[in-house]
Amino acid sequence: MSDSTSSGPVLAADGTPLKRSLARALRMQKMRALMLIAPLLLFVLLTFILPIADMLFRSVENQIVSETLPKTVVALQDWDADSGEAPGEDVYAALAVDMKAAAEAKLHTRVGSRLNYEKPGISSLFRKAGRKVKKWDVENGGPFKEQFIKIHKGWGDPDVWRTIQTYSPRLTNGYFLNAADMQKGADGAEWRPENEQIYWTLFIRTMIMSLAITCSCIILGYPVAWILANLPARTANLLMILVLLPFWTSLLVRTSAWKVMLQQQGVINETLVWLGLVADDARLVMINNQFGTIVAMTHILLPFMILPMYSVMQTIKPTYLRAAKSLGATNWTAFWRVYFPQSVPGIGAGSILVFILAIGYYITPELVGGTKGVFISNRIAFHISSSLNWGLAAALGTILLVVVLILYWAYDKIVGIDNVKLG
Amino acid sequence: MNFKKLAALAATTALCAPAAFAADMANELTLVSWGGAYQASQQKAYVEPYLAMNPGVKIIWDESSAEAVAKLRAMNEAGNVTWDLVDAVASDSMRLCDEGLADELDHDNDLAAAPDGTSASDDFGDLLVSDCFVPQIVYSTTFGYRTDLIDKPDSVCAIFDLEKYPGKRSLQKRPIDNMEWALYCDGVAKDDIYEVLGTPEGVDRGLAKLDTIKDSVVWWTAGAETPQLLADGEVVMGSTFNGRLFSAIAEQGQPIGMLWDMQSFDLDGWIVPAGLPADRKARVMDFLKFATDTQRLADQAKYISYGPARASSAPLVGKHAELGIDMAPHMPTDPANAGNVHVYDYEWWADNRDDLDAKFQAWLAK
Repeated sequence: MSDSTSSGPVLAADGTPLKRSLARALRMQKMRALMLIAPLLLFVLLTFILPIADMLFRSVENQIVSETLPKTVVALQDWDADSGEAPGEDVYAALAVDMKAAAEAKLHTRVGSRLNYEKPGISSLFRKAGRKVKKWDVENGGPFKEQFIKIHKGWGDPDVWRTIQTYSPRLTNGYFLNAADMQKGADGAEWRPENEQIYWTLFIRTMIMSLAITCSCIILGYPVAWILANLPARTANLLMILVLLPFWTSLLVRTSAWKVMLQQQGVINETLVWLGLVADDARLVMINNQFGTIVAMTHILLPFMILPMYSVMQTIKPTYLRAAKSLGATNWTAFWRVYFPQSVPGIGAGSILVFILAIGYYITPELVGGTKGVFISNRIAFHISSSLNWGLAAALGTILLVVVLILYWAYDKIVGIDNVKLG
Repeated sequence: MNFKKLAALAATTALCAPAAFAADMANELTLVSWGGAYQASQQKAYVEPYLAMNPGVKIIWDESSAEAVAKLRAMNEAGNVTWDLVDAVASDSMRLCDEGLADELDHDNDLAAAPDGTSASDDFGDLLVSDCFVPQIVYSTTFGYRTDLIDKPDSVCAIFDLEKYPGKRSLQKRPIDNMEWALYCDGVAKDDIYEVLGTPEGVDRGLAKLDTIKDSVVWWTAGAETPQLLADGEVVMGSTFNGRLFSAIAEQGQPIGMLWDMQSFDLDGWIVPAGLPADRKARVMDFLKFATDTQRLADQAKYISYGPARASSAPLVGKHAELGIDMAPHMPTDPANAGNVHVYDYEWWADNRDDLDAKFQAWLAK
């Protein structure tokens, strides 16, 4: 007995090994912690992570074709798209069966809209065929090839069949190709015709303009934050209200106000003409272009830059500056070598906030951006709410998300994410 | 019991004993519309009379028509459709019908016949562009111009004539209508427009024509923009919905004139979301039948200058409810205004909209 106690594991008061007992206590503690954050975790998971994951998945999802036209997809596997001829009767017979079932379930037009994104005209092929095929005897009413081509000659077009064949797998990279101005051609991915390329331009423009907006926010916000941080608290609070005031005004009102200010018959142009600085027939174009977007968005996003800068600057002790100066530094050296490095975390936090918000803006660019000042988010919004091409919208959104994450990673490597402070 | 039988039974019961019938129908009805003056006209022309007849019913408005297609799809996927009747433009109704998000209707059974007995499908005629759609009004996208800044234009091609009509113009930021006007003014016959537009050369030709005025165009996305731009003198002419121009001219007295040449007719109407429970659907169909009858559609024209979609409503159009002016001359369908109209091909645009939009946006971004 005594031997086993001395050589065995250390026991707790209740006789269980101490190690296990400790592990249990720790586990209990972890469980309790988990229980405490469970509501929030669940909430975030259900309302944020899952919907985003679901939306991102749509960028590759393509089950609709093989689910709605199962027999056709199988029959079409042996058809050679490069033969230049429409497939044989077996494919049309399979299509008749699938189409009848789909038309009865009212699903045929959905496949039509899906494939219409890839080849214009397919949606009406399906709409017209569904109406007719519903009345057919698909068991022995054949042959079907002529009947389909009689409904619409498009059913005899090999290109239509190529599209169905290309988009029959359950997963597709078609949306991503489209989002990169490419398409599935006869031999793999190829560039779209030049008159349809737009997304690269928009992605690059979104990045450059968001950077420009972030920079102008830094330039305008830094002095304001500095003044706020160095004034007595009473005055600073009063001025802070002025910074926050735009926050409490509707976004649309602020944007419309910029229109009134900047348009050619607007306040600024009228004043300049009245002062004689600008000729009446050469009024400045300041809106419906990139300039308008940058001005309006800088104004809207400025508080997001000033607030983190302000709270970081408040923590910088004025004694450091005094110490630097007493050691012989000029005003500029004291600022640049002592004050500025300490305020960088505020700039970093503000820049990340402003940049990420700017990338996702679409109402303001839509209203004041004209043709050259719109962002990729405007196209995403268009595909979500108007063209209903959610797959393409999801692909564009995924690319945007990945780009932001890469930039975040680069920022972490260059500046260091520990170096970001909100106060 | 399928729905048609239920509806037929309900209709007969309604004639005999309205009180007993009301129990089978939901008493709440969520209508989706555009807000603003248009929704107000619906409220006055059909909702208020309907509530007077059915005091127990409660109507809730949701001003979401602008994003109805996307929201309805999301609701449908979530399996929780909270809307009962949705106001949508014709092209959206086709999209909803194609996506299976709207119920197909039997127009002759579901809608009231004209007072002279003409069936609903004959009374609406060609305007029933989709099986899911009940049109209420005909509106048009047409041009307004500043009467004090430029000479009176008499053709839509004035928008492409920068010499005779200098100044900026506002156009809607989408290919629809603009491409047709461009081809028309480039010499394509009206009947051939869609045939030409269906070819890559036709698209290039249309965009090349628009290219000649690209630097002088302000592109709009909201219908209120053109009247505002005209009022500010920012543009000298611009396209928008005719009702918006009517209120700028007649209600606000702005120096704006209407150019009806080649106005582009479009339709706005109701769709019934798919998958409603029987009691809600019964209420919707009851309301729909009432709200789209001949008199109701004619009444709507008292409040807004859009033409009623029923042929039988046209003779009943009266005076503006507040201004007291005769409304008929302000209707896009009035013979004096409809001398040269552009008829929008819904089927063609349903097929080619995405493709042309990509090309149009790429052209804009250049």
